[in-house]
This record gives sequence, structure tokens and C-alpha cells, in this order.
Amino acid sequence: MTTTVAPAAVDADKDDALKGAPRDWLPLLLVPALAVLAYPLVGNPSTWVTLTIAALAMGMMIFVIASGLTLVFGLMDVLNFGHGAFIAVGAYVAMTVLGTLQGWTQAPSLALNLAALGLATLAAMTATGALGWAFERVIVRPVYGRHLEQILVTTGGLIVAEQLIHVIWGGDQKPMPLPTALRGAITLGDINIEKFRLLAVLVGLVVFGVIALVLQRTKIGLLIRAGVENREMVEALGYRVRRLFVGVFVVGSALAGLGGTLWALYRETLTAAIGGDVIVLVFIVIIIGGLGSVGGCFIGSILVAMMANYTGYVAPKVALASNILLMVAILMWRPQGLYPVAKR
Amino acid sequence: MPDALLTLAGVHTHIGQYHILQGVDFGVPRGGVTVLLGRNGAGKTTTMRTIMGLNPPSRGQITFDGATISGLTPHAIARSGVAYVPEQMGVFADLTVAENMTLAALAGPPDTARLEWIFSFFPALKKFWRSPAGVLSGGQKQMLAIARAVIEPRALLLIDEPTKGIAPAIIDNMIGAFEELKQQATTILLVEQNFHFASSLGDTVAVMDDGRIVHAGSMAALATDTTLQSRLLGLSLDAHG
Repeated sequence: MTTTVAPAAVDADKDDALKGAPRDWLPLLLVPALAVLAYPLVGNPSTWVTLTIAALAMGMMIFVIASGLTLVFGLMDVLNFGHGAFIAVGAYVAMTVLGTLQGWTQAPSLALNLAALGLATLAAMTATGALGWAFERVIVRPVYGRHLEQILVTTGGLIVAEQLIHVIWGGDQKPMPLPTALRGAITLGDINIEKFRLLAVLVGLVVFGVIALVLQRTKIGLLIRAGVENREMVEALGYRVRRLFVGVFVVGSALAGLGGTLWALYRETLTAAIGGDVIVLVFIVIIIGGLGSVGGCFIGSILVAMMANYTGYVAPKVALASNILLMVAILMWRPQGLYPVAKR
Repeated sequence: MPDALLTLAGVHTHIGQYHILQGVDFGVPRGGVTVLLGRNGAGKTTTMRTIMGLNPPSRGQITFDGATISGLTPHAIARSGVAYVPEQMGVFADLTVAENMTLAALAGPPDTARLEWIFSFFPALKKFWRSPAGVLSGGQKQMLAIARAVIEPRALLLIDEPTKGIAPAIIDNMIGAFEELKQQATTILLVEQNFHFASSLGDTVAVMDDGRIVHAGSMAALATDTTLQSRLLGLSLDAHG
């Protein structure tokens, strides 16, 4: 854990010192503001609640996928367009494990269902973490600092991964049924809340909490935050940023595997292109949030999901463009994103 | 050079297509302050970055405490006992002053007595201990950058233009801190444009021009020789005193 010494008399000056550290709450207010703005447009209160909870679930899944990618960019300026490969591979591995545990997933027991889901998720994260390690070593490492080549080579990696999925699992669309106890909805009056969406929200919050804890309370987190800001100085202080980056890349890939599993279960179906489908939203999120900012990524994920859900209901014809418009509006307000990381 | 802690021999450095250092040769005597002088663009900052491994040399040898460090990574050079304060200070704006200091302390939590010693020169760091470094003034950031480099004893300090844009009162505190470090036998290589500051601290001097060392000797000799100053630097100490 991080230990910061508080020398004598520092506490006495604490109030003065904290005057210089204003918190930026404005981006946080965007979430309730968007929800309030959508309320009269949606009209029906129960529909509004259902859409909002669906958006939170979708937002959490996007956050799980995007959190690693934003740190990877922040730490080493690596534009990884191959992140979608981890989403897809994670989903397929989870599907395979769930398929072999059909007895558990189809049993009317929440414990067995969750156990199956836990094992599938663990397998997905292990596989995508290992894939991420190999991807960084073989594809990303030779093109450090060369953005154009990174885009080309990581996009190539995504294409290769999708073709390998076709070879291993076949090219047809696969079903990804929810375990029995997670099907259906909880009804509160007129409001229907799908059980799986609640689980997705819970998983997203846990992931956010763990990432926040690691970043704020551990030496590794301190190094990641410092490295995102100025990796050269972290090296000059005596730390191996490259090794740190590999760790972040592997964890980010594993989280993409987790996100892919959740996303496939959310859609209850998957193809090899599942990663490519969601990656556009992921890039919008990390740009909106501020490249390298996990907090910004979290807020951005919720905003993007809310916008997609509300416009999908209110004005389906503009739903596709809505998030691009959201990104343009936010970047006009804050060109570096909601929570820009101070770069040297 | 006898008893040199750091030696550069025929060091060339390229940055992209540019050939910045073109055969740098000089030594930094153990336990003293060596000042690297020269006009803008002479190659002083690149020399510091090359020593630190941030711009690795394309040719030549750098020896630190008897071991070759050219070709090592910056983290390995730092771990061997070299601390670096870059021209842009390199403080982590989103981290608190305390977190900046914690990162710089490689051996564990910062030593409280050492911290109090640092605060005696730079009291603002104590006041803003829990504040993000981004809210500090330029002078306070420079204090933090220097404090970070001296949070633990290091054999060699590389300090690049610490007085640039800094208020005179803070410069006086820096001189005090560096004087004490000298007394502790810390070796310092200082890049400096402020000749008054440089001459008050320096024991030896090396003057750069066009990526080469064009003069090396004692600072006292340069400080009293206005003709030499004028020839090498285009100034005299009297004019800058």
C-alpha cells in the first residue's frame, strides 16, 4: 500500500493546503442533467426508469471494456485498435465454458448459475490476459511511439483474431443464453428491471471500485497515475515503466474479456465481430472522458449509454449519430475531455 | 581527470536526424559542484538527458563511479545513484506533493528527519503537502522537483536550469540547499544560465558550444577572468552581479 509520510505540523496547515485543491464536480453533474433532460422527452416515468437502468448497465459494461484501454493509451500513448479482439475472444471462451456447464446454467439455482458464470468469466479473463501479453509482445512492442503503425498493426491484429475465431468456433452467429436465474425481470409497480442488468451494474461498480482503490491506495497505482502523466520522469526516478505497462496491458485485456462476456450475455448472441461493434463506443468513451483518465472513462461510459438508450427510444433515427453529437458537444466544452490528464 | 565521479568520453547523441552532441568530453569531480554553461542550443540539456539515458548516446562512453552507464536504461541509471531535475521540472501535477515525494523515495517511506531538513529550505512544500502539485506556483514546483531529487542521499545530482523563471527569494533558498548538499559531499552537475548563481556555487565549470566542450577548468578562474567570460559566454560577471 502507498505510504505517504505526514511530517510534524503538516496537519496544522491542512486546511490552507486543501484550499488549493478544488474538486471538479461539473462533469459529474452531466449524468443527472442528461437524465432529467430526457425525462419529459420519454414521457412515461416507468419507461424512463427502465431506460435509465438499462443505460447504467450498458454504461458499466462499456466502462469495464474501456478502462484498460484508456490506461494503456495514457501510459504509453499506444493506440490499440485491436482491443476488440479481447472482447470477442473473452466472449467466445465464456460461451464455451458456459456450454460445458449447461447443467449448472440451466439449473434453477442462483448459486449454481453464478458459479458457472464466475468460472466462465475467470476463463475468459485468463485467456484474454494471456492473449494480451502475447499481443503486446509481438504486435505492440515493435511499434512503440509510432502512432500510424500502431493503428495499422493493431487493426491487423484484430482482423487476424477474428479470422482465428472463425477457424476455432465457426463463422456463424452463436447463441449466448443467460443462466436460468438471471433471465427475466424484477417488477416494481410499472417498472421492469432485468436481473442481468442489475448484475452488470454491480460488476461495473465493483470493477470501478477496485481500479479506484488500486490507483489511489497502492504504490502500483501511484506509479500508473504518474506514468500516465509523465512516463519519462517515472523512469528517471528509477522505475521500469515498460514492465508496468505490460501489467496494465494484460489487466486491460482481461477486463476486455470480462466486458466481452457481459456484452455477449446482454445481447444473448455473439459473432466474431462483437468486439468491432462495441469498440466505436469504447473509443468515444475514452475520448470524452479524457485519454488516460479512469474517472472520466466512468462518467463517459454512463453518458454514452444514456444517450444511446434515450435517443434509441425517443428518436431512433438519430440514435446512431447521437453519441458522435455528444462527443462533439463535450469536446467543444472541454477539448481534452471531461477529466484531462495533465501531460508534461 | 583524477577522482572524477562522472566522465564523458567522446559522447555523440543524435535526436532524430539531428546530431546534437558531437564528441563531448569532460569529467565531474567527486564531491563538488560542476557547472555546465553555454548559450541556448549549445547542447547542455541534451548532455544531461544523455547522461540520464533519456537520449542514449549514439557513440562514446559515459562512466559513473567506475562503471559504464552509457547504454543503460534511465531507471537503471537512477537506481545506480543518479538523481535528475529536468528543465521542465517533471513534477506530477495530478499527484499531491506527498505522493510526488513518496515516488521519489526508492528505499521506502521518506525519512522524516530528511523531510524536515528539506522543509527548512522549502517551507511551502510542507504547507501544500496534501495539495496536487498542479496548484503550486512555478517556484514551488521547482522546489518540489529539487526536493524530490534530494529526498534520499544520491551520489550525483543532475540539475537543469533550476533558477529559470524563479523569484530571487527562492533562488537564495536553493543556494542554501545546494551549499548544504556540497557540505554533505554530494556531487552536483548543474546546467545554469544565471552566471551569478553558477559562480557562487560552482567549483569547476565546463562551457559548451555547438555540441562540444570548448572550455573546462575552475569556476574561480572563470569568475575573475572577464576576458575569458566575454570570449566564452559573451558576458562578464560584473555585468550580471
